[in-house]
Amino acid sequence: MKHDSFDVIVIGGGHAGTEAASASARMGARTALVTLRRDDLGVMSCNPAIGGLGKGHIVREVDAFDGVMGRAADAAGIQFRLLNRKKGPAVRGPRAQCDRALYRSAVARLVESIPGLSVIEGEVVDLMEDAGRIVGVRLADGSSMPARAVVLTSGTFLRGVIHIGEVSYGGGRMGANAVNHLADRVRSMGLTMGRLKTGTPPRLDGRTIDWSSLEKQPGDDDPSFFSSLTSELAAEQVSCGIAHTNPRTHEIIASNLGRSAMYAGRIEGTGPRYCPSIEDKVTRFAGKESHQVFLEPEGLDTPTVYPNGISTSLPEEVQYQYVRSMRGLEDVDILRPGYAIEYDYVDPRALRRTLELRDQPGLFLAGQINGTTGYEEAAGQGLVAGLNAAASALDRDAVRFDRKSSYIGVMIDDLTTSGVTEPYRMFTSRAEYRLSLRADNADQRLTPMGEALGVVSDTRRTLFHQRMEAVAGVQRELSQISLSARSLADVGLRIAPQGKPRTALDALSLPGGTVDALISLVPELGQMDAKALEQVANDALYAHYLRRQERDVSRLAQDEALRIPDDLDFAAIDGLSNELRAKLEATRPETIGQAGRIDGMTPAALTLILAWMRRREKLSA
Amino acid sequence: MRDTIFARSTPPGRSGVAIVRLSGPASWDAIHRLTGRTLPPARYMARRNIRYDGELIDQSVVVLFEEGRSFTGEQGAEIQLHGSEAVVRATLAALAQLGGLRPASAGDFTRRALENNRMTLSEVEGLSALLEAETDAQRRLAVGVAGGGLRIMVDRWRQSLVHLLASIEVSVDFADEEVPQAVDAALIGTLRETAANARIEADGVRDAGKIARGFEVAIVGAPNVGKSTLLNRLAGRDAALTSDIAGTTRDIVEVRMEIAGQLVTLLDTAGIREAADTVERLGVDRARTRAEAADLRVFLGQVPVGVEVQCGDLAVRAKADLLSTAEGLAVSGTTGQGISDLLEAIGQELSGRVAQASLAITSRQSAALSAAAEALDRAADMLETDVDSPELAAEDIRSAIQALDVLVGRISPEEVLGEIFAQFCIGK
Repeated sequence: MKHDSFDVIVIGGGHAGTEAASASARMGARTALVTLRRDDLGVMSCNPAIGGLGKGHIVREVDAFDGVMGRAADAAGIQFRLLNRKKGPAVRGPRAQCDRALYRSAVARLVESIPGLSVIEGEVVDLMEDAGRIVGVRLADGSSMPARAVVLTSGTFLRGVIHIGEVSYGGGRMGANAVNHLADRVRSMGLTMGRLKTGTPPRLDGRTIDWSSLEKQPGDDDPSFFSSLTSELAAEQVSCGIAHTNPRTHEIIASNLGRSAMYAGRIEGTGPRYCPSIEDKVTRFAGKESHQVFLEPEGLDTPTVYPNGISTSLPEEVQYQYVRSMRGLEDVDILRPGYAIEYDYVDPRALRRTLELRDQPGLFLAGQINGTTGYEEAAGQGLVAGLNAAASALDRDAVRFDRKSSYIGVMIDDLTTSGVTEPYRMFTSRAEYRLSLRADNADQRLTPMGEALGVVSDTRRTLFHQRMEAVAGVQRELSQISLSARSLADVGLRIAPQGKPRTALDALSLPGGTVDALISLVPELGQMDAKALEQVANDALYAHYLRRQERDVSRLAQDEALRIPDDLDFAAIDGLSNELRAKLEATRPETIGQAGRIDGMTPAALTLILAWMRRREKLSA
Repeated sequence: MRDTIFARSTPPGRSGVAIVRLSGPASWDAIHRLTGRTLPPARYMARRNIRYDGELIDQSVVVLFEEGRSFTGEQGAEIQLHGSEAVVRATLAALAQLGGLRPASAGDFTRRALENNRMTLSEVEGLSALLEAETDAQRRLAVGVAGGGLRIMVDRWRQSLVHLLASIEVSVDFADEEVPQAVDAALIGTLRETAANARIEADGVRDAGKIARGFEVAIVGAPNVGKSTLLNRLAGRDAALTSDIAGTTRDIVEVRMEIAGQLVTLLDTAGIREAADTVERLGVDRARTRAEAADLRVFLGQVPVGVEVQCGDLAVRAKADLLSTAEGLAVSGTTGQGISDLLEAIGQELSGRVAQASLAITSRQSAALSAAAEALDRAADMLETDVDSPELAAEDIRSAIQALDVLVGRISPEEVLGEIFAQFCIGK
């Protein structure tokens, strides 16, 4: 069978794959998404929620480029909560509980509506190579698909092994086959590979839960959406339940530890510390008598409930015992047992910051294959890989994300600089510039970049410019209102009443300078565009801190501008310690800035690298 | 914009001339502020007095370099000082106090020269050895300071700050889990205490006035015991009027000199006795006050009534040329006998105090400690006034830790996360 010729082929239809294919097609590349089953586009194989702290930020960033995830989550959201609502705007993260079926259909709808994007069912068994460059894929049916760039987003499917208690078998997720041919191909590339694991809890039958005896957690009254294109709820809203483990639960688990796949030593992969199995929790925090379990409905039309907090690799009958030891779950039925899954990942230090493999041009990797976890992290990488695969195929400039302007940039830099030792998940504390990387200004930070690339729709462009004008307008107006220090002190600002008068804009930077306080002084402010006003207030709140960071930011920019040539031979540099040389060779930093972030790097070693760069220039000049 | 750095570029220790080099956009402005005079034309040497806080530090020669015509390619300047340890240190301290400048780290100048492509191939090739030496020096500095005492202390602070940051970050990044959200008084107490400790260490050196002024050493004794003669001998010139008539010195005579690398102001005070003369009595009162306020007293002969002996003070027997036995410190201003012993004793005492005053020995270390202290106080202020902005307090604690990293090495976000996962049961 002969296929049309494509610029970019994306392997895999999960969160990384759909985002990559969509971004590539929006760049104008003829793109094919190859997936085992068309129905699996956008499947949420773990918990039915999108967003959270750091993660919600990434979703907003993907949305700023007109990505898929934000709009799909808004369409499928059955409970919206803005986490850290009471804390500062920089650390507020939007999160939504999603209906799995609605989410999947929203992703399919969005992906299929993109011109120039074809979804093809098939199993990729091999990659085509020509003169060292990946130039297409071969399918299980013997057909081949040439392309100028390939994005591989194989998730946990590379040599995936599922463990339930004493039983284990190969598989990508429950009910799907692991992709072993492709795994062999990737293994043969000579990349450094590792093994990670992740776990899931048993899925419960909501019809057998005694909801009346459980605490309920409703969503926010005023939902915070992911996409700036969304203005209203699309689905019915539900509450989650909260159950608790108890000493009896812990006893059951402790006495069966030997039967847990993980504890019996049958799993070699490293699991995430922030998502421990219930076995781990009971063992490591033995003093804690109870752990929360969030009962998250998987959808409106399904009885399946995801009990977040009790992932496990214990045998099924033990899962029954410990689940039923909890109040409200005495008679619960398990629809599908919890399991642990182990899979291969590629040491992401083998990647450029475009997510292209350094030693295998034309092949881009995104998602769990790079050692990350989470739908949002996958989507963010999908965006980066998709944009860059298209850029490479169309001979356009590479698209780079940096630490100072996005969480996506932080993630890419962390992965390619430091590699991973456990499944990598985003946290706001990973971003040193988190005060300026807020969920509320993701579009302001990134949509102009998306516009320049030509990947945002007219609708978004128009809305974005309207919003920016509104923000500028609010700023202008606030800077023209002068308020006496006394009146400001009277409404709760912590300033000396004898001080000089301030503009309303400056007042927002003062301690206690909230929008509400100002509205109580100048009621007309209440008539302003509330979203724009909020954003101006958020900027003002951090203004002092951001000014203090300016020097760091400019130093970073200078260091990032010093590009290390691809073929610089670190081994040849005299005076580097062996340890640093090994790290430099593993990471192969692209800039002096990135080199500086390698663990253990010294200023002198950086200078040495710089000296070596100059020497080469002079010798070749 | 690039910051401005400075450092001594000649080897430490006594020498004929010592050079302090500046690089960066604020270099000329710094020279202007240190000299208080118009700037000379670029690349012309000019004599200028370096002052700090009105106090003359040294008569120096300064040279300015325009951007593109300096070693680093940036705007730059050089100050050529007399090669005394005290003068160089005072100048560095004064530069640090100007604000907007920072002491250079190892390799900073070279780094800038490289970035601006100001080095020839052979210079670049010679760098490896140079940088190795610099790294080595830096390492020795980091571990060697007062037997690593500073490092150990800073490491401890840093550990406790990482721990503290984790307890704040956990409430931010895991808001939807069962983790403690409250910021308690103990946490704020730790911040304040660490800030205070860092400040004490920093101030030991950073007090530029102290270094610029140096130590005051008062010569105290009864009238006509030979204080002025001793002063003149120590100073190597006739600074004080001497005579056989008791009570010749009525006001305080000051002589600035260097002893064992420390800048010292020697004070010759009026002989202390019950004076009949009003003018002399005023002189005696002033002598007592100044002597007590001085950093060190050298008692010549009997300790006079009304002046307290403080820890570290030196007792010296006077007119040694007339003594038959030679035990303890004994000097003669007339013959110079015992003078070098006395100088050594003063030098030892003062050096000991410098070492004790602070473990921070470089202005770079001290700048880092002050920055950390400031940031920690801001964090404590924030936590006290606004419990809902943990991200702001975290920002300041993070920048404090970063400042301390200058002294002991680097922190990564992984370290904070590691602490979080060790302390709290996370994970739904």
